[in-house]
Amino acid sequence: MEKIYSRPKALQNRATGYCPGCLHGTTVKIIAELIDEFGIQDSTVAVLPIGCSALDCWSFETDMIISLHGRAPATATGIKRNAPEKTVIVIQGDGDLASIGLAEIMHAANRGENLTVIFMNNGIFGMTGGQMAPTTLIGQKATTAQGGRTEAHGYPMHMCEILNELKAPYYIQRCAMDSPAHVREAKKAIRKGLENQMNGKGFSFIELMSNCPTNWSMSAEKSIEYMREYTLKEFQIGVYRDGGEK
Amino acid sequence: MAKVEIRSEFCKSCKLCIMACPKDVLAVGSKVNAAGYEVVEMKEGAECIGCASCAVMCPEAAIEVYK
Repeated sequence: MEKIYSRPKALQNRATGYCPGCLHGTTVKIIAELIDEFGIQDSTVAVLPIGCSALDCWSFETDMIISLHGRAPATATGIKRNAPEKTVIVIQGDGDLASIGLAEIMHAANRGENLTVIFMNNGIFGMTGGQMAPTTLIGQKATTAQGGRTEAHGYPMHMCEILNELKAPYYIQRCAMDSPAHVREAKKAIRKGLENQMNGKGFSFIELMSNCPTNWSMSAEKSIEYMREYTLKEFQIGVYRDGGEK
Repeated sequence: MAKVEIRSEFCKSCKLCIMACPKDVLAVGSKVNAAGYEVVEMKEGAECIGCASCAVMCPEAAIEVYK
């Protein structure tokens, strides 16, 4: 019998820091698989944010830095400009990228920095205890919106569409992580993002729709069903830009 | 005939693999790991087709597939 699927070498030999059923773990795994496939473990720098995505520091077996809250694209800009031979992967959550880090991501994208940004969108602040995020759906409950988000709190922000208004980004795609087929599609998108960076094409942005069983107060299976029923209807998956100007 | 092997020390019993399996091969077993999770295992006599859907979904990279 031949082994056709195994744990990637770019992962540390320990359990992740994530709750059971959290798709952050799946994301780390597919990124680690790509690092293995490209053979870039020694030349990869993962730039991590504040929030649950920072727990990737218990998973990656590569160089890493945890930047200030929301400032990961700025930190990554510095690393990439000073060490262009490195592959710089920025991983941010929605509470980090779409709220406190909104300025940094907009300007990094507007400059067309040669980075690959992975945006984990689970519609809530995970690590701090389930507060409402800019991406929380209307009607979705959070600890700071006990009756569900209303129009008075604003509407969910669609980062792919917002970044697609800029001229400089090279590649923008939104994927989902709810099924094996979608995960494989997301892996392809991240592969493309990394290839773009290696070929010096510029800014690649991949948004991954994810879950948060703990703060959505449901089981992992229920959270997948919730994603399919509500989240993926609000956030349409697809390629928003491929290859420079729209 | 294919089979999956689950590295019990990593499994968090989230059941995403069970949800992903098209052949209903996996189930939560009775074995408990050091972290206190009931580890998922292959059902006896189950016919795995080696599609690796379970391994693709597993957030802990705990599943290895043989074909």
